[in-house]
Amino acid sequence: MSYRILEKKVLIPGQTTLLVIEAPHVAAKAKPGNFVILRTSEKGERIPLTIADCDAEAGTVTIVFLVVGKSTAELNTFEEGMSLPDFCGPLGKATHIEKQGTVICVGGGTGVAAMHHIAKGHAAAGNRVVAVIGARNKDLLLFCSELGNFCPEVLVATDDGSQGHKGFVTEVLRTRLEEDKDVSEVVAIGPVPMMEAVAKVTKPFGVKTTVSLNSIMVDGIGMCGACRCTVGGKTKFACVDGPEFDGHEVDFGELRLRLSQFRPQEQESMQLFQEKCKCAEGK
Amino acid sequence: MSDAPEKKAPRKATPRTEMPVQPPFVRIQNYLEVAVGYTEADAKAEAARCLQCKKPLCRQGCPVEIDIKGFIGALQKGDLPGSYKVLRDYNSLPAVCGRVCPQETQCEGMCVLSKNAEKTGGPVAIGRLERYVADTFAARVADGDAACLQITGEAACRMMRDDLKVACIGAGPASLTVTGYLAALGIKVTVFEALHEVGGVLVYGIPEFRLPKGIVRREVDAMKDLGVEFKTNWVGGKAFTVQELMDQGYKAVFIGVGAGLPQFMKVPGENSIGVFSANEYLTRVNLGRAYDFPNYDTPIFKADEVCVVGGGNVAMDAARTALRLGAKKVSIVYRRTKAEMPARLEELEHAIEEGVQLELLNAPLALNADENKRLVSMTVQKMQLGEPDASGRRRPEPIEGQTAEIPCQLVIIAVGTKPNPILLEATKGLGLNKWGYIDANPETGETSIHNVFAGGDIVTGAATVISAMGAGRKAAKEIAKRLLGLDA
Repeated sequence: MSYRILEKKVLIPGQTTLLVIEAPHVAAKAKPGNFVILRTSEKGERIPLTIADCDAEAGTVTIVFLVVGKSTAELNTFEEGMSLPDFCGPLGKATHIEKQGTVICVGGGTGVAAMHHIAKGHAAAGNRVVAVIGARNKDLLLFCSELGNFCPEVLVATDDGSQGHKGFVTEVLRTRLEEDKDVSEVVAIGPVPMMEAVAKVTKPFGVKTTVSLNSIMVDGIGMCGACRCTVGGKTKFACVDGPEFDGHEVDFGELRLRLSQFRPQEQESMQLFQEKCKCAEGK
Repeated sequence: MSDAPEKKAPRKATPRTEMPVQPPFVRIQNYLEVAVGYTEADAKAEAARCLQCKKPLCRQGCPVEIDIKGFIGALQKGDLPGSYKVLRDYNSLPAVCGRVCPQETQCEGMCVLSKNAEKTGGPVAIGRLERYVADTFAARVADGDAACLQITGEAACRMMRDDLKVACIGAGPASLTVTGYLAALGIKVTVFEALHEVGGVLVYGIPEFRLPKGIVRREVDAMKDLGVEFKTNWVGGKAFTVQELMDQGYKAVFIGVGAGLPQFMKVPGENSIGVFSANEYLTRVNLGRAYDFPNYDTPIFKADEVCVVGGGNVAMDAARTALRLGAKKVSIVYRRTKAEMPARLEELEHAIEEGVQLELLNAPLALNADENKRLVSMTVQKMQLGEPDASGRRRPEPIEGQTAEIPCQLVIIAVGTKPNPILLEATKGLGLNKWGYIDANPETGETSIHNVFAGGDIVTGAATVISAMGAGRKAAKEIAKRLLGLDA
């Protein structure tokens, strides 16, 4: 079985790409919060990616990825019409979604894509979803208009002030929480420091805060424990117990260090890949 | 004793034919198979030692009831294709079993020559012969040998009954046994595997140097030739449910998803950088081929000083893998003594030959890390053996106040597994036992759901490849009986 790429959209050149992949059996079951694991070749590693969107009728799953290393750089070489050898999912526990009132969904960087699927789920359940998204500048903002399709408010923060609030998403979030006392939940997906900062902001307000952890994974089905993290003093596996956890209970410091576990190997692999690309270009 | 053989053991004892192996100092430099296999002369000499007992005991020791006398008898006559045919009638994975079965406690343990080993020269090396027959047969098929091709051809030409569909969830030893058995009867089998490669523990767990992956692929390809469909990247309980399979017309479902989640020790520092479950360490190296990084993309963590916690075969595999990946010192930390180790003796001996150190009567107390959370050492509690516990093994007890610190930058934890909840939680009405594994009828393998069967580690907890295959065989027989009315 192969998983054809039906659409490729470069969201930020050389950095962030969106792929719509034909995978009917995954699309039929995928829910907000789920992730997939894919490989780019027979020699590839298993890459976990949170689902950004899916369409059960069309049989497609949308993923958005940031080029951070060799595997994602290789994934970025795939074009429309090509197929991925392996695409497994849906994995992980789905987001707990119920009708509860106002939900603020915060997304940073590529995390906005994953947050998009969850925000969509909350909106479909009848919740009032306020999206808060951030990036370094307006050109790097993802899913801004898509979120606008179902969120009555999309609040933006950019580092340089080129769009929306100049500063961090956490500042926008804090202001919002101060003004609106009826927020029932905050969902945050993005870089670890951002999720940690969001959890810190929401804590004094006593608002339920859900974060989605991007731990290192191998199988993604509970077999290996690579993705273990500490939540409320207990060890949890992000792949089967999560990937979403209570942001006020997660040990972010540990997560950050564990994510650096293979950094030297990741750099070695990336360097080799870039050299190979250069050689290929030279020919 | 009524089961005693007619012939007496030969007066002049011929010792077991040794298995040729790569010397330890050579093999720790590579990832190739340690045991290189019998030559034709070795196999001939060893087969000749079999007494062809009238009432063979060896077979009783085999979980899949191979006609051992039959396959060795054919070999004695020089009939290799015939010998293979006997094996294949009972066992879908002879090349695998010949390598990884604990024969010493099964067929070979029952062999009449195992009594008075000094006089008899020891039991017939059944496992080594099984491997020889399977490997040689495959090589001859590859060479186009007519007699061998005829046997593979016979199987491929069987009528397929597309109306009789069976699904297997998981593609490890238990499921592959069910698959091989039913496919040979013409039943259409579809195997759903969660990972990207078929074989279960045979590909993610057991290292290449003990079981080359090419061997597993060969056995799987033989099943594909029988019309079996393998669907990789399909996670039972996520991409589909058991009920959905039944609704799609599968007449029976076999659940063989393995044991699942690794146990950790619940000691401080366990999430430090450099601490791995054996499952993760071995999966990276075996399934991900991390031993060939960066040619393959999956990375592996390397360190000079490595501690492996546990005393089973998985611990041995992890320790020997770490040596091959360049560790200067690898120690197995075990809270009892060598005598209580559940590992096969052969695996333990190989590990020691290769330079693995044993830190016996030591129980990990803490894993110590530096300020960057990178592991630097393990604190152990010194133990002693007390009175035997319920299992009959002497219980390890701490020696008050005696601890030690072992420097290490990599710890691999191999202290067992617990049930994987994914499929179990998604299957309504599936009865579990008090340990959380599937409750299956010991005779038929049937679960609390009609026509849904289970076997292997998801029923017993972590056990051996061959016990999973034994469970698979029982379930397959029952499925065949129900679907075809066969009383096999």
